[in-house]
Amino acid sequence: MRGLGKELRTGLIAVVAMTIVLGLAYPLVVTGISQVLFSGAANGSKVSFDGRVVGSRLIGQEFKGKAYFHSRPSATEYSGDATFFANVGPNSVEGREEVRENLAAFIRENKPWDKSLTKEDVPVDAVTNSASGVDPQISEADARIQAHRIAAVRGLPLDEVEALIDGAVEGRGLGVFGEPGVNVLELNIALEEKAPLG
Amino acid sequence: MLEGYVQIAIFFAVVLAVVKPLGIYMAKVFRGERLFLTPVLGPIERGAYKVLRVRPAEEGQDWKQYAKSLVVFSLLFWILLYLTLRTQGLDPWNPQGFHSAPWDVSFNTTSSFITNTNWQYYGGEVTLSYFAQMFGLAVQNFVSAAVGIAVLVALIRGIAARSGSSLGNFWQDLVRILLYLLLPISIIGALVLASQGVIQNLSDYSVIHTLTGGTQVLGQGPVASQEAIKMLGTNGGGFFNVNSAYPFENPSGFTNVVEMFLILCIPASLTYTYGRMVGSQRQGWAIFSAMAVLLIAGTVVAYVAEQHGTPAQHLAGLHTHAMDGSAGGNMEGKEQRFGIASSAVFTAVTTATSTGAVNNAFESLTGIGGAVPFANLGFSEVIFGGVGSGLYSMLLYAILAVFIGGLMVGRTPEYLGKKIGAREIKLVALGVLVTPLTVLLSSGLASATRAGTRSLYAGFNPQGFSETLYAYLSQANNNGSAWAGYTGFLQPHGPGNVGAYGISFADLLGGLVLIGARFLPILFVLAVAGAMAGKNVSPAGLGTMRTDNPTFVFLLLGIIILVGALTFFPAILLGPVVQGLSARLF
Repeated sequence: MRGLGKELRTGLIAVVAMTIVLGLAYPLVVTGISQVLFSGAANGSKVSFDGRVVGSRLIGQEFKGKAYFHSRPSATEYSGDATFFANVGPNSVEGREEVRENLAAFIRENKPWDKSLTKEDVPVDAVTNSASGVDPQISEADARIQAHRIAAVRGLPLDEVEALIDGAVEGRGLGVFGEPGVNVLELNIALEEKAPLG
Repeated sequence: MLEGYVQIAIFFAVVLAVVKPLGIYMAKVFRGERLFLTPVLGPIERGAYKVLRVRPAEEGQDWKQYAKSLVVFSLLFWILLYLTLRTQGLDPWNPQGFHSAPWDVSFNTTSSFITNTNWQYYGGEVTLSYFAQMFGLAVQNFVSAAVGIAVLVALIRGIAARSGSSLGNFWQDLVRILLYLLLPISIIGALVLASQGVIQNLSDYSVIHTLTGGTQVLGQGPVASQEAIKMLGTNGGGFFNVNSAYPFENPSGFTNVVEMFLILCIPASLTYTYGRMVGSQRQGWAIFSAMAVLLIAGTVVAYVAEQHGTPAQHLAGLHTHAMDGSAGGNMEGKEQRFGIASSAVFTAVTTATSTGAVNNAFESLTGIGGAVPFANLGFSEVIFGGVGSGLYSMLLYAILAVFIGGLMVGRTPEYLGKKIGAREIKLVALGVLVTPLTVLLSSGLASATRAGTRSLYAGFNPQGFSETLYAYLSQANNNGSAWAGYTGFLQPHGPGNVGAYGISFADLLGGLVLIGARFLPILFVLAVAGAMAGKNVSPAGLGTMRTDNPTFVFLLLGIIILVGALTFFPAILLGPVVQGLSARLF
């Protein structure tokens, strides 16, 4: 039978030793290996355009104006250093108003170039807040609607814009898990390379 | 929805495939047997015993000694973590120059991570240094998980014991669980995640000049190492505020399934370990089946409900059906790369186990979809549950089921040949009831007092009630997920977090709930283990009620649902169910 004093001593040693092994050695070893083997991924999957880093492939950005594909709505103004959920409830009046406004805005932005566009054609992701506020993707349906606007504004044939979308589609994990989506930053970079703005 | 069901089915099949091999491996870990890692880790293990000055072979502990070691260990770690969080300004690896969070928030956070909960009133990337994340929180992700598993192992030994009162040695269990189980899998998991885009560095936050000339600051940090053990240890505390919805924590459909696998692999395989250690695999599979039925039911309900969309969306004129190029559904608060199916299954898995990591915003779930996390927590985290804690809670229910079944047929209840007496059933009842009782008392107090309602975001309506009830359900069940509008910490985004303050009522009540609802059940479980260990085994006869057949699985499910429903159904009606049944907005 061990006394309390002995237990305390063992406990103290355990706390110190485990903190060093699990709190310093483990994360630092993983950091070291990751930096050597996967330095791109471990440092934020940054992408460049025109010789400068313009963002992370994984983190969505805000795109305004008619000439770019737009990301999903964000409650955080696409913040990458202060994230939070929009917390819009399923029965919330504000939620209804927000969707209503987003829906009207989406149709207003795209209808001039896609005459047959109606509310029924608008995919849910285009008018609802993402979870992270920086969803890097939009649905293919969203991208194909916006393609009409982009093609007209950039003076490209629609099928060339569609081809760019095909190139920016990221499939399901292992072909099975999750949903496919279109990476907005990569798509806009491809667009800039193909038909630069003025 | 077919693609959705296919991915859900494949995921569960993969988990099922590891139950046996990992279950056997863990039985060897717990029994002190030789493993394939022993040539490498054996010297470290022996060194650890020398440093700790324990001689496990000679120092078997009865339940009181085991409990004493566990309490001393947890208390010391509580103090160290609290000090680490309070002295953040002095620590290295603090590129943003964050000050410590207020004392009441630190109290809540410390209690939360010590208890394997990871309830978070703070946002990681706006509150904590890399040092606090690694040196403070990641360590807890390991050791609180190991403590949960150790308690389970002690209970199994008590149930299986043929003679004597020893439940094993706490320090030996701790060392072997960390060294042979949690650490190796975490290293592999962390590297897999890092290779896929989960960041792992100690750099400053990166300032990006975006494609269209804007500025975006990207938080950095040692995320992958934390993410792996956060899942594997069913902890769930995000490095970033939006947890596994943030692409740097969970960048793709593939990492999402890896993370869900890390969550479920140990709790699911422990049922096999249990069968092996009590000498009958059928006993383990019976428990596994009961858990699997509830998990699959919850997953399907969440998937169907989320695919339907919300009243607010429909009343706004939005069509939430699937179309070419979009799967439709309630995408508010969800990420495109996960879609509805991978969000629904993650929601069910993270709340059935006591993980609480989220890849979508629970507050934005549909009413009925949101009822799934409520129900999973209302069943006291026995659907696989936390590592160790899920199965030890489930075994209390199994003993309860045997007792009630025994009453129904008029026989002395026995579990695995051991008679269940008055003392055991009293302890089991206390162990089963302490968590629900804590939830009802604390959420009632928080709903009824002015200080409690200060934490509300949605206001005085069913959504606001859901926030409060879920906050205490989550903390008492050591889950950690949230209807995230509910807050105990207000941060005005000043540099270095100056000017932030806590809501003391929510922080302190939550902290006490966390500690009480974790350690009281642990003490009851260890007491049950001690009581069972000393009992003789009577051979099974014709009159023995079997605990390894479908009838028992059915009885066990009935007891779990009955206890959970009787306790929580009225409360859950007032929150998510009202929202699910109504098209009214408020």
